[in-house]
Amino acid sequence: MRNAHCCLAMLPLPPGLHLLLREGLPPLPQDPPSPHPPQPAPPFTFAPRRLRLGPQHPLFEDGDVHRHLYLQGVLTSLEEVAERPKVSEFSCHISGCSQVFDTLESYEHHYNTLHRNVCSFCKRSFPSGNLLDIHILEWHDSLFQIMAEKQNMYQCLVEGCTEKFKSSKDRKDHLVTVHLYPADFRFDRPKKVKSGSKHTSSPREQGSSVPMDVSVEMAEQFQGNPMETGPEENMEISQPAASPGPLLPEKRLYKSRIPSTICFGQGATRGFKGPRKKV
Amino acid sequence: MWGRRRGRRGGRSAEELRVRRREREAALRKARREEQLVSKRLLREDSAAEDGAQDGADIVPEPLSEDEVLELLRGVQRGSEDRKRSLGRLRWALQNEETQQKFVRLDGSIRTLTGLFTSSLAELQLEAARCLHELSHSSVPAVAEACLPVTSYLLTYLSGHSLELTELCLYTLGNLVVESEAVRKQLLPQGIIPVLASCIQSPHEAVLEGVGYVLSQLLQAKEAPTEIIPLVLDSLLPRHMLPLVCSGLKAGMGAAVEFAWCLHYIICRHEDNAVLLALGAVPALTSLLLDLASQIPQGAPEGLELLVCPVLRCLSNLLAQTGCQGQDGRLLIALFLILQCFLQHHPFLVQECLWLLNNLTADDPFFCSALLSLDLLPALLQLLTCSQIATVLVLTVLCNVAEKGALQCQQLLQQPLLAQLLPLLTLPDPEAVGQCLELLHLLFLHCREAAADFTRQGGHQALEQHLSTPELQERAQALLDMVRQPPGAPSACQATLAVFS
Ligand SMILES: [Zn+2]
Ligand SMILES: [Zn+2]
Ligand SMILES: [Zn+2]
Repeated sequence: MRNAHCCLAMLPLPPGLHLLLREGLPPLPQDPPSPHPPQPAPPFTFAPRRLRLGPQHPLFEDGDVHRHLYLQGVLTSLEEVAERPKVSEFSCHISGCSQVFDTLESYEHHYNTLHRNVCSFCKRSFPSGNLLDIHILEWHDSLFQIMAEKQNMYQCLVEGCTEKFKSSKDRKDHLVTVHLYPADFRFDRPKKVKSGSKHTSSPREQGSSVPMDVSVEMAEQFQGNPMETGPEENMEISQPAASPGPLLPEKRLYKSRIPSTICFGQGATRGFKGPRKKV
Repeated sequence: MWGRRRGRRGGRSAEELRVRRREREAALRKARREEQLVSKRLLREDSAAEDGAQDGADIVPEPLSEDEVLELLRGVQRGSEDRKRSLGRLRWALQNEETQQKFVRLDGSIRTLTGLFTSSLAELQLEAARCLHELSHSSVPAVAEACLPVTSYLLTYLSGHSLELTELCLYTLGNLVVESEAVRKQLLPQGIIPVLASCIQSPHEAVLEGVGYVLSQLLQAKEAPTEIIPLVLDSLLPRHMLPLVCSGLKAGMGAAVEFAWCLHYIICRHEDNAVLLALGAVPALTSLLLDLASQIPQGAPEGLELLVCPVLRCLSNLLAQTGCQGQDGRLLIALFLILQCFLQHHPFLVQECLWLLNNLTADDPFFCSALLSLDLLPALLQLLTCSQIATVLVLTVLCNVAEKGALQCQQLLQQPLLAQLLPLLTLPDPEAVGQCLELLHLLFLHCREAAADFTRQGGHQALEQHLSTPELQERAQALLDMVRQPPGAPSACQATLAVFS
């Protein structure tokens, strides 16, 4: 009996509701205050109550199930997946890089990974603007070392943490103990300090903790970049652009340039003068 | 993006889809009752099928033997030219749960993926991220926990600029987060909340949706009320979430849906909700419902119910806290237009709407009289038999109105109300019958005429059958006594009629 009624898909709503929704409600008749007992008279118990419902309330079951059907991709849509538009092959426009692409997405990924957060001084590339800023400060700002003698200058790498440390070693300890970062966090490589300085860490040790040295061949490949042969490398992403060797997996055909309509806005490198705005 | 993940047919027939959906639904209901309701999202390109079947959807590769998995890993570790192909094969194979477990048990397997994932070789990096994403989809906690070493990198790349990679990282994190408390315990100190708070300012719809997904997964954790919700409320997230929910009709439905669920998970589990109230959550969500209702004649976009549901819940729970003073009466109209719109295809929204209607009318003379004077009663009465929960809620709303006094009861009785209540007294659900008795009591109390009418329609027998039901017998007896009273003394109803006619 119960569900039969649900098939009545239309509610008998009065006309003009949409108009009222736009224009607002007319003044309602003022009801006289009625002298009714505020307390329910036993055995009756009804009293008006606004209900607060917690996450496990049975009223939520159907809606929760619907939400999860959606998350699991079971609410089937008739639309099929749109194909990514293929464009004719084109190559990266950054000088020294001529990688070839056939979809805008793959180009965009390449550009954003390798050319977006690039240090203009040493051409290293970083996964985020924050890490690049820290790199420029710590590696290329001549005042930094001087100031670091006097005060804590090494910023924590974790977004939202404002701690600063007197050495990159202290920062590393902090990252590992407070933020549970891996001890060999790849984007926290200290600058190689000139001999005679106080905090020298063995660059070899540093190098061997890189998580990607999973095999000799791989290490070779990553080291293939002439720009990155120094032991202090590796805080950053290496730049395959500079080493178009045969081992590189991506095609390097010289083809047409990028369509002029493609624009990624910001300049490819960043130094002190570069735009600092995060995108 | 929102459209991309609404599932696909993959060449199956409508009947197969229905069966699949029914099975999944049953499993979800069971999981919910056991408080184990978790879901994961899968970002999988169609090209995932390149090494396997033609129809990429749903065809899971056969499990590989330990040696085969090891060989794949070796292929990926070797710096040979077809490393990319090995990685692609690995990603395909990792769709299989058994293969996933064998893979994470191999020495150095996660280290290898981490190395490639953090490498500069853009294509390998993406492919490694996709492998990690496959692993995140496993329902075996050990697999999620094998991914612990990679979470700090997943967070790092959220601040990066590659859309595709950011999206993969987000969905991988969102999946890992529901599978393992160890992962959550590590991600909080690693700064996941501030990272999400900066990602939520991204201009990209796909990133926003992903952020909402991760957050909604975090907020469902059992330790969320003490460990996670306070951090979220302390961050910049709430002030960005609310506008994203409210702009969902114009732009970014996918993100709006995710953040609306986030708000719901916060509001239904948090004590005071002062932060959200101070940000103007009540007026903002109210005007969203008004906008939504006014757009319904132009056709509701597909999936709108996924947004409406949590918005109704948020508003309802917040109003339970604040009361309805100063609320816009148009909300009532919006509510009925929404009911009308979803009644046929998403009847589950009926109970959610009725719950809000109760919270609007409980102890609120303004909304009670608006309900009557806008002539919304016939529609309300039609919902009386929609579902077991709906029956009780409609009766409760009617009680809210009847409780206001004689005039309101009289207006209620202008509808064929008694005739509709009589069959409800035979329902097997004591809660519905009990609420029906409460309503009859209010009607009889304020309007003696109603008692006489009820007797004429055979109400006696209907009441007598409950004299032996423990939780109903007292009230049934009291009503019988009221009905049997000689109709001499003028009732309140008659007195009011005399004044106002
Ligand atoms: Zn390039
Ligand atoms: Zn530099
Ligand atoms: Zn810190």
